[in-house]
Amino acid sequence: MERVEIESKLVDLLVEELGIERDNITMSAKFEEDLEVDSLGVVELLMALEDNFDVKIPDDEAEGITTVGEAVDIVSTKING
Amino acid sequence: MLLEGKRLVVTGVLTDDSIAWHTARVAQEQGAALVLTGFGRALRLTERSARRLPDPPPVLELDINDPVHMEALASDLGERWGAVDGALHAIAYAPDDALGGNFLTTPPESAGTAFLTSAYSYKTLAVGLHPLLVAAGGGALVTLDFDNRQAWPAYDWMGVAKAALQAVTRYLARDLGADNIRVNAVSAGPLTTMAAKSIPGFSRFRDVWGKRAPLGWDVSDPTPVANMVCVLLSDWAPMTSGEVVHVDGGFHAIAAEGD
Ligand SMILES: NC(=O)c1ccc[n+]([C@@H]2O[C@H](COP(=O)([O-])OP(=O)(O)OC[C@H]3O[C@@H](n4cnc5c(N)ncnc54)[C@H](O)[C@@H]3O)[C@@H](O)[C@H]2O)c1
Repeated sequence: MERVEIESKLVDLLVEELGIERDNITMSAKFEEDLEVDSLGVVELLMALEDNFDVKIPDDEAEGITTVGEAVDIVSTKING
Repeated sequence: MLLEGKRLVVTGVLTDDSIAWHTARVAQEQGAALVLTGFGRALRLTERSARRLPDPPPVLELDINDPVHMEALASDLGERWGAVDGALHAIAYAPDDALGGNFLTTPPESAGTAFLTSAYSYKTLAVGLHPLLVAAGGGALVTLDFDNRQAWPAYDWMGVAKAALQAVTRYLARDLGADNIRVNAVSAGPLTTMAAKSIPGFSRFRDVWGKRAPLGWDVSDPTPVANMVCVLLSDWAPMTSGEVVHVDGGFHAIAAEGD
């Protein structure tokens, strides 16, 4: 899957499933600080990524995700290797 | 199958790491029909986790401290099934200032919240489901305990609430036995769930457990605990009530590691 495609799918998912304002989402936005996603929200985000992109993200790798861009990175490595 | 035809309510499913999620999975594999309950803004997460079960069950809302929810749950179950054969209580919460080394300074409200949500709530669930359990001719309730005969690092007022939960188990067993309702607890070893991650110093439990438990212990495998919950919910434990069954690799029996 092309990176831009992953980006737009992920942004849609953040808006539709986590209720984040579309206008606030940039690739460098931090989930906890900039988008006010708390620890429960982070777990929901991870499960949503797994369900929508059909990938498995183990806990230790999930800990490396703080920004939207990093979430795109991890999904894209999982999908495209 | 162990739970063929049983109608069970499973509380406490948050993620697919939750002890309750694994219990739900094993219960379905063993033939049970399920309703899950979810709580507050985590309800969406419970729904998502429910979809990962072999046969996604319905999810109803239950904040155990909200009497309106308990009533609505009972009336939904009444219409759905007319009776309930058993339930898992997998609910615990303590405010941050009641955990993590604040034992001497925890305000009474926070200690009270830990007690209300983590211990008293077993009584709330039992009483809420009582008429439906009676309608089934009796049934079984199981809660999840963390052993508290001794003091732990960081566990603080949650540990006190768990001690109370054991006592609640015995008093419920006393009062519900006449209706053929069994009330038990499973005391689990440490498992890496959301609840566990919110306990500062959780890693210390993990480190000591694996070394001391005669059978060893895997913090990432809730299946042994789920299996025991299902046994206690089944017809294979018909004369067991007021009991705390340890599923902890044998840790509780050993005072110190050998070498
Ligand atoms: N993980 C462990 O190491 C361990 C060990 C022994 C016992 N336990 C116990 O197992 C039970 C389940 O915890 P878990 O480890 O699976 O973690 P978890 O975080 O997956 O589950 C805790 C559950 O409690 C629910 N909850 C909290 N407040 C509630 C309320 N007011 N109303 C309804 N539900 C509420 C949450 O929604 C969540 O589903 C808890 O009682 C916990 O103390 C856990």
